[in-house]
Amino acid sequence: MDAVGVILGFSSYEGLVFGLVAIGVYLTLRVLAFPDLTVDGSYTLGGATSAVLIVKGFNPLVGIIAALVAGLCAGIITAVLNTKLRLPALLAGILMMVGLYSVNLRIMGGANVSLLREPTIFDQAGGLLGIGSNTIGLSIIVALLIVVIVLLILNWFLRTELGLGLRATGDNEEMVRGLGSDTNKNLILGVSIANGLVALAGSVVAQAQGFADVGMGIGMVVMGLASVIIGETLFNPRGVAGLLLAGISGAFIYRLIITIALRLGLAPGDLKLITALLVIAAMAVPYIKKKIRHEWIPPAERW
Amino acid sequence: MGKNASLLQVRGITKIFSKGTVDEVTALDDVSLDVNAEDYITIIGSNGAGKTTLLNVIAGIFPPEEGEVLINGDDITKLPEHRRARYFGRVHQDPKIGTGAKLTIEENLAFALLRGQRRGLKAAINEQRRELFRSTLAPLGLGLESRLDAFVGTLSSGQRQSIALTMATISNPTLLLLDEHVANLDPRTAQIVFDLTEMIVQREKLTTMMITHNMECALKYGNRLIMMHRGKIIVDIGQEDKQKLAINDLINAFEQAAGEKLVDEAILLSRCEL
Repeated sequence: MDAVGVILGFSSYEGLVFGLVAIGVYLTLRVLAFPDLTVDGSYTLGGATSAVLIVKGFNPLVGIIAALVAGLCAGIITAVLNTKLRLPALLAGILMMVGLYSVNLRIMGGANVSLLREPTIFDQAGGLLGIGSNTIGLSIIVALLIVVIVLLILNWFLRTELGLGLRATGDNEEMVRGLGSDTNKNLILGVSIANGLVALAGSVVAQAQGFADVGMGIGMVVMGLASVIIGETLFNPRGVAGLLLAGISGAFIYRLIITIALRLGLAPGDLKLITALLVIAAMAVPYIKKKIRHEWIPPAERW
Repeated sequence: MGKNASLLQVRGITKIFSKGTVDEVTALDDVSLDVNAEDYITIIGSNGAGKTTLLNVIAGIFPPEEGEVLINGDDITKLPEHRRARYFGRVHQDPKIGTGAKLTIEENLAFALLRGQRRGLKAAINEQRRELFRSTLAPLGLGLESRLDAFVGTLSSGQRQSIALTMATISNPTLLLLDEHVANLDPRTAQIVFDLTEMIVQREKLTTMMITHNMECALKYGNRLIMMHRGKIIVDIGQEDKQKLAINDLINAFEQAAGEKLVDEAILLSRCEL
């Protein structure tokens, strides 16, 4: 495979799995208007939970489902801290992120868990399809399958009566209460689903890379944010399906930029700075454009 | 349901803001009121008289310090806002409060259609509901029935308030609460939204409480008039007396009941443009 093929293939796989994180961030930030920083912790939580279960001899699929459930629970706690105990959303997320660091260490019994000699969903899928389990093609197929399932479910769910309540809650809480829907319940449900997806992504990545590490989630929330903003800026999507696809596409483009940056000789340690600069650029460019055109600009948000 | 109970009973409601501080304000002072089915009450009073606070206590935005709110004889004083929302349709002064800007017209209406009902995993919008939305919006004459997928944030305030009014009434509330709902609109749009309100209230025979800032409007519309002053209801006039009343009689009634001169120029001088 030539260099371009390798870059595109690798970015596709990463865009898909990190697209799940992007969709989680999209759900909290854009659908619920709830800036949730739990993500860094719940991503690792997903990786840690599934890795430990797989090492203990459970089926990798069980590991994935357990990761999802762990993420759902983490999200519930964050949202309860905010809605029932009245902590500001940002603080609730930060506290959860910090607290989950210790929880993840406890779950793994150390800083990392190796899956090198353990069966993963990639091995299972490779066996089913008769493809070698270490090929990029297989990684893409597995990730694509998971992402398609998640997108189909979310695209359906966000259009249901309940899902519409979640979207309305992020839009106008006063209206939602006035029309008889419990905004607290909606927030708890939404933040829970978002962190479930993020933990799912952590579980898939741990199995793909062959280990879970306590630091694997660092920067995930910013990465998800970068993907969402890149997707929105480039595709200017409309409607539920468009926004979901923009999140995935944004993640793909983000990973493409990162992969190319690595190819160009930047060290992995530089990537956090690249990510930060990407988010700054994606958020500031539309503003600067408007400024140049002397358009009216709303005041900066403070969340 | 209690026997012979009024549709809404407000009993001895006291609401104090910033209690125990230097800013303490008694917004409602032992207010009692019986609202009967098909009452169309106009509520008038100066700024700070307690009009909006009364609607807020009825709708459950905040609990009162003392007193009870009963609907059809059931005590709802302690129910949170979202659990009593099935009784109340409400339109606020600001069209932004009653509608979701980032949702489409049909999504807003679909959300309002299920006021107080369980929201499940059925599609929020289907062709049958769309048909209902079109037939509900068509009589407004604003052309909104052909723009169901437009985002409400892109509409004008008049269109948006018409959507808010439709949302408040689409699921037949027990009581319609209107809080100066045309005050923020330009005169022509205010007239349109107000005519729509009259049309819907008459057609659905909705029991209605409408706050207005204007004496002439308060006399012209509705079949019962309440005047509030410093957290109390000081004048309560039914249909027959109301028809005989001129503005001067109303001012006299106020001054007699309040024991002071009416000085709010906005109430006195502004003409009812509606």
